[in-house]
Amino acid sequence: MMKPTFSLNRHLVQRLGFAGLTVMAFLTVLPIVAVVVYIVVQGAPAISWEFLSGFPRGGMREGGILPAIIGTLYLTIGTAIFSVPLGIAAAIYLSEYAADTPLTRTIRIAIINLAGIPSVVYGLFGLGLFVLFLRFGTSILAASLTLSIMTLPVIISTAEEALRSVPQAFRTVSISLGATRWQTIRRIVLKEALPGIITGVILGLERAAGETAPILFTGAAFFLPRLPGSPFDATMALPYHLFVISTQVPEMPIQIQYGTALVLLVFVLTMNVIATFIRSRARAKRQW
Amino acid sequence: MEKSLNWREFVITRAIKASGYSAIVFVLLIFVFLMREGLPALGEVEAGNLLSIRWYPIEEMFGILPLITGSIIVTIGAALIAVPFGIGTAVFISEIAPRWVREILKPLVELLGGLPSVVLGFLGILVLSPFLRVFLDLPTGLTAFTGSLLLGGIAVPTVVSVAEDALDAVPRAYREGAWALGATRWQTIWRVTLPAARSGVLTAVMLGIGRAIGETMTVMMVTGNAPVLALKLGSLFSPVRTMTATIAAEMGEVANGSTHYHVLFFIGIVLFLISLGVNIAASSVVFRAKKRAERILS
Repeated sequence: MMKPTFSLNRHLVQRLGFAGLTVMAFLTVLPIVAVVVYIVVQGAPAISWEFLSGFPRGGMREGGILPAIIGTLYLTIGTAIFSVPLGIAAAIYLSEYAADTPLTRTIRIAIINLAGIPSVVYGLFGLGLFVLFLRFGTSILAASLTLSIMTLPVIISTAEEALRSVPQAFRTVSISLGATRWQTIRRIVLKEALPGIITGVILGLERAAGETAPILFTGAAFFLPRLPGSPFDATMALPYHLFVISTQVPEMPIQIQYGTALVLLVFVLTMNVIATFIRSRARAKRQW
Repeated sequence: MEKSLNWREFVITRAIKASGYSAIVFVLLIFVFLMREGLPALGEVEAGNLLSIRWYPIEEMFGILPLITGSIIVTIGAALIAVPFGIGTAVFISEIAPRWVREILKPLVELLGGLPSVVLGFLGILVLSPFLRVFLDLPTGLTAFTGSLLLGGIAVPTVVSVAEDALDAVPRAYREGAWALGATRWQTIWRVTLPAARSGVLTAVMLGIGRAIGETMTVMMVTGNAPVLALKLGSLFSPVRTMTATIAAEMGEVANGSTHYHVLFFIGIVLFLISLGVNIAASSVVFRAKKRAERILS
């Protein structure tokens, strides 16, 4: 029935189609590699001990970016303090306690929505609640809390997935040996799911470390001549600093801009690589 | 001992349950605080002014239409890039690529998702927009199109990961059935696998679009910050201003409690409702598909 030419055509179509998709995937990935390589090449000459450990001088056109590096570190740690315990606890609830009720479904929809809210809207919310209503002022505390809520959905959903991947038999055996529910969760389920949870936490914090919009009006400072001394001080931060020197400061030396971009990129990519590494090692070691 | 253990379990269990509800509390808090600061705008600015085509806050002109059209045009451009490339890459990763290629591509796409948007905006200013200005012979390289290109890149990882999950979830037996009937792998992908995964792919597209509408820093840096009504196709190659960029650019300079401040929060409400709509629609597609699958299986 089927003519040979038609059969030839469909194999030709397949070959063309596969080639097309390969090119597409290549075109999607190539710019990512290009961006990273370009920033490394352009930014590397700017990196020196003085750049990493010095304060900005001469209207930020000279000197280093230490306050921005330390600020991003503080913000990341502050975000972790709030979002990690809360996120993991919420994941434990969803994976170990929650039945499939309308309330649980509402929680899931809320998590999906939190994940989708634009980052600048988090900034508005942080300004309204933490900076003004609770009177924390423009501060590390307010910015960290804002970033925590933004990070929460990432941590909850990845941690829940990690917890759910622990086989049910582990729990049954533990309970049957006389352990209580919480003992089972803490000593068995959490222990087994730990690599997956850590990966999720790092990926969430990576996003927080690179964000600018949520801290714009909640904690970011244009320029500080000293390091922040308390959680109630505003702080410089790498992403905001890069935004400032690439748009707000005229005649900014290009090298400092690329150097700042490189430091931010290294900060974020290191977290990304660590997370990917932990995940792939845990997968390779898993015996169930 | 026994008693203290029970007491501790009780407290911990309560704390865990309370944390479980936190997501609902936060969504409500965000909504309440946006309303609290944004709704007064409706009392202070006439509806005619708010729905006009002039955004010029110094003269008390608060027309948000140019900002909405700016967001729409940039997002459409981004979707035109992110949807085909995202789905194409997802199909490639899940159906065609050999294992080792997949192991390289997946982390790289995830890496793109982790790149700070401010870094992409920075490169947009220094590299992409000068290039586009010369290449397309435009008066300025800071246009909606520049924003669309970068936003497309930002939305791609979302589309790829959700679409790939959907394709992975299609049972292998579907593909084997098609092959057994003599279909090529290419025909199987288009006529069996993709249609079977269509609800997940649709979710991927919606979440990608949601990501693009909400993106702030890149758009603010590269789209030229001109709040003009963008209705024609040509507007794609001229400067625009999105809702997100307007909030980010102006909130730092307004007095707390002023009309301008309330209007910026009002724009925040609009953005919040858009993302709420997109995400509820996206998740209801998933729920519906799950129900259909259950019907078929039972």
